[in-house]
Amino acid sequence: MIEMEDVYKKYPNGVVAVSGLSVRINQGEFVYIVGPSGAGKSTFIKMMYREEKPSKGTIMINGVNLGKLKESKIPHFRRQLGVVFQDFKLLPKLTVYENVAFALEVIEEQPKYIKKRVMETLELVNLKHKARMLPTELSGGEQQRVSIARSIVNSPKVVIADEPTGNLDPETSWEIMKIFEEINTRGTTILMATHNKEIVNTIRHRVIAIENGQIIRDEQRGDYGYES
Amino acid sequence: MDMKARTLRRHMKESLRNLARNGWMTFASISAVTVTLLLVGVFFVIMMNLNKVATDIEEDVSIRVHIDIAATKEDQDTLKSNIEKISEVDSVVYSPKEDELNNLISSLGEEGEAFKLFEQDNPLYDVFIVKTKQPEHLESVAKKIENLDFAFKVRYGQDDVEKLFSFIKTSRNVGLVLIVGLLFTAMFLISNTIKITIVARRKEIEIMKLVGATNSFIRWPFFMEGLMLGILGSVIPISFISMIYRYSYEYISSKLQGHFIQLLEFNPFMFQVGGLLVLLGAFIGIWGSVMSVRKFLKV
Repeated sequence: MIEMEDVYKKYPNGVVAVSGLSVRINQGEFVYIVGPSGAGKSTFIKMMYREEKPSKGTIMINGVNLGKLKESKIPHFRRQLGVVFQDFKLLPKLTVYENVAFALEVIEEQPKYIKKRVMETLELVNLKHKARMLPTELSGGEQQRVSIARSIVNSPKVVIADEPTGNLDPETSWEIMKIFEEINTRGTTILMATHNKEIVNTIRHRVIAIENGQIIRDEQRGDYGYES
Repeated sequence: MDMKARTLRRHMKESLRNLARNGWMTFASISAVTVTLLLVGVFFVIMMNLNKVATDIEEDVSIRVHIDIAATKEDQDTLKSNIEKISEVDSVVYSPKEDELNNLISSLGEEGEAFKLFEQDNPLYDVFIVKTKQPEHLESVAKKIENLDFAFKVRYGQDDVEKLFSFIKTSRNVGLVLIVGLLFTAMFLISNTIKITIVARRKEIEIMKLVGATNSFIRWPFFMEGLMLGILGSVIPISFISMIYRYSYEYISSKLQGHFIQLLEFNPFMFQVGGLLVLLGAFIGIWGSVMSVRKFLKV
């Protein structure tokens, strides 16, 4: 469960990105975060995986108070979430398999477990047959699926996705959404920041709209609410 | 810190790969360490040996007590026993003026021949050669002997030793300044090499952080990289210095045969020098990597 209470974020340069944000997201929910560029979506998301620290207020994720989380505990906290980006962030010199396994290797999992778990995950995103290929040999959609596989290989309770379809054509975007849906039905909370009106309006989920650092709308099965 | 063997292997592989990837920087850093350690090593070897020589000389320094010509045999014996009564005195040896003249003649070599004329009418004094238990007692013992009857003149070679020690001290200070400068250069180069690998691996580090790798896990390969640079840089200096020392030792030792001055023996001295250089190399390497890693791996 994610709980934010009266969260403020002021950057050192004086910009107030988030001001007085409170929200509660239950385990297993699928939530779209929408709003114009510069509205505070990115800061909102960055605070979720403790890339940014709130200046004021509390953020609780699965019982962890992020404002009070020690620097040294951040790595262990992050192992409970998966993060997906618009630009995939894959390592070009590693194969598909190695890219996904990387996430488990650097947290020192057993080699046997890594092998089994990576293959399972690649199967889930339909890329088992391309395990030995390099990211550069894949299409954009496939690359994003590798990145999703990497984010969920550690069986996180929450997956945070920042514009995961931002670089993809419409058709590929649907494929990606199908995978997120699948992950969500297995009980994982999905938080997805997006500008994709069509997706939000078609696959209906809770919509949180952020403007000027505040939540201006929070609807179950809401719609995108912006033109394009 | 407990680290699994597998993780250690991974870090090793990672650092070796980085070193290979930045070939030229690796080469530059190792060269810098090599030059630094070579100079440090040579300097250290010379300093330690000068110190040894100075100590040898100091230990050999004795007080020469010229006995008053008016002294009878009994007076001489009284003087000897009085000197022996001084608690810091180790030994008193009598050297008659004939021996003194012979010593003088032989120490001057060819030119000494001229002094042979004096054999008929020896102008030198009979002498007591006094050794103290500790070199630092020389001065006080000499003062005490001066006050005894029939001690005509008391001399000791402390001045020469003092000069040698002050020379060693000065060159040590000059050398230290030079070495510290070199050490910093080497550290700077290593830290730059590692900085480059860190920048090249930005994306990898970013992903590692995202998926929850601990900071120490991320840092380890860089530490090892620095360590390897430092240790690799100590290989040439150690082999070079020990080779040269072996030859010089043999050469100089044969010249010094029978002399009270000796160089430090190859074993254990060269092992100590080797150990020192490896440690110094490792220190430079780790310090260089710590400097760059700290700056670049901030969350």
